[in-house]
Amino acid sequence: MTGVRTAAPRVRAGLAPSTGWWSATSAVYAGSLARARVARGPLLFVATLQSIGILALLRGVLRNPDRVTTSAIVAGTTVLVVAFVALNLLAQRFGALRAARALDYYAALPIPTSAVVLGSAASYASFTVPGAVVTAVVGVAAFGLPAAHLWLVLPVIVCAGVALAGLGAVLGLAMPRAEFATVAGQLGMTAVLFLGVIPPSHLPTAVRAVRAVVPSALAIDALAAGLRGHVDVLATSWRLAVTLAMGAVALAFASRLLRRAVQQ
Amino acid sequence: MHKTYAGTGTRANDGIDLDVAPGEVFGLLGPNGAGKSTLVRQLIGLQRPDRGEIRLFGHDLVADPTTASRLVAYLAQDEPALLEMPVHLAVSTTARLRGMSRRAATSAADEVVGELGLDSVAGTTLTRLSGGQRRMACFAAALAADRPVLLLDEPTSGLDPVARRNVWRAVRRRREEHGTTVVLVTHNVLEAEAVLDRVAVLDRGRVIACDSPGRMKAAVSDDVRLDLVWREDPPTNDPVVAALAITARVDGRRWSVRLPQAEAREALDRLMSGSALLALDDFTLATPTLEDVYLALGGRDDDLERA
Repeated sequence: MTGVRTAAPRVRAGLAPSTGWWSATSAVYAGSLARARVARGPLLFVATLQSIGILALLRGVLRNPDRVTTSAIVAGTTVLVVAFVALNLLAQRFGALRAARALDYYAALPIPTSAVVLGSAASYASFTVPGAVVTAVVGVAAFGLPAAHLWLVLPVIVCAGVALAGLGAVLGLAMPRAEFATVAGQLGMTAVLFLGVIPPSHLPTAVRAVRAVVPSALAIDALAAGLRGHVDVLATSWRLAVTLAMGAVALAFASRLLRRAVQQ
Repeated sequence: MHKTYAGTGTRANDGIDLDVAPGEVFGLLGPNGAGKSTLVRQLIGLQRPDRGEIRLFGHDLVADPTTASRLVAYLAQDEPALLEMPVHLAVSTTARLRGMSRRAATSAADEVVGELGLDSVAGTTLTRLSGGQRRMACFAAALAADRPVLLLDEPTSGLDPVARRNVWRAVRRRREEHGTTVVLVTHNVLEAEAVLDRVAVLDRGRVIACDSPGRMKAAVSDDVRLDLVWREDPPTNDPVVAALAITARVDGRRWSVRLPQAEAREALDRLMSGSALLALDDFTLATPTLEDVYLALGGRDDDLERA
């Protein structure tokens, strides 16, 4: 048998321990968040400005909109900030890493691939918090919505962030070329924009069915209900739990894609 | 060890058989396409050979490729994953991902960043550094957290001489203090001669030689290399020039000829005393280098660096 041996075959060096899942995830999270702050700060500003621009546009165009419509608009534009970063930018990031064979860096470390995916996804999702909060506050003020349940923005960002980052990771890792990942991320964000900002009642039946499978749709509904001034705890919890579950499935799938990508 | 890529049918590794001793600085030398990258990816557990075995300190990497990451610190030719991160954070994050606690990783990063003279750029993102500084930062990340094997792919590529010395000092220190084994991928023949205990010369997926640089050169010691630089077109009507032209490796107006010592001396004497001297700008007579060994063994000279 031929092969490669480093050191005499009978010498056994002690193996360094594998890095624990939690430690690996938090290290990826911290590194990725610091990187995003440095490199993606201006893009978060753009994402926030885009959502506030849409709010201003609709505020100027709509004549006496009902509260169902305005709450959907504010919730949709808030989650759009999350989509811009967690879906669009993360898809681009993973697409670029894959194209540059940079995923080898993680694959050569004693960490689970799920830690890479979840750590990156969580950092991109949490990076969106300031922009999403600002958008929600501006929207509530612009449309005169009750602010009592504005706190819902935080759990909605977390759940929608997990779901959209999961989708972004899948798109970035599944695409054969970095440019395709960029296009997929942009299209995903556009889908979140249209299917999120337009109230479901205003959509044709067929499009409503499409909306139901967009991972962030239920999170938007939960926030919209809160912005109308009443929170049904059971319904809100259910919507956010389903959103989280969709995100978990997407992240698990992205982890498999990452493993496959480094072995190619 | 054998590895053939299914899509193209390329035999990346064709019967490679190597032993590396603990604490050795072992080199893989060869041009692009020689099979070095495939071999490296198998050593870090990212690919499996089609046939054969890879044992690292007795651990079977083919049966369990994940073991590699617990034994090997790997420096790739490029680390895009670390770009856009400040230097210190890139190093400490890598240390944490190798299993160190946050505090230990910070302390290890302090030490390595200082050791490699990166203090002044510790808070600067890698994208804002010069190519050489960026390479050093990636090297620092590879050194974060001790591993018994350092696998370095072109570690000094793009570095100035001072930075190169820092790299080799850091490698020697780990070898002396911790017995670290170093596997170095290079296509720089001068560097290979200077730092390696042994070198495997790869060409077209095969090991065409494996020995210490000194012994390899001794194997072709009868030969010397005569380099000629012509001021104008070489006078090929001159019988000495015509004879040299048959075996010369031509690079513009620079000729390189490998000859037995006596023949080289005679050729040079005749050139100096004949009319060809008028066209000759410069000449050097040198003892064999690893490059000569490589060429004598039938390797191709494309992509080998001599700087």
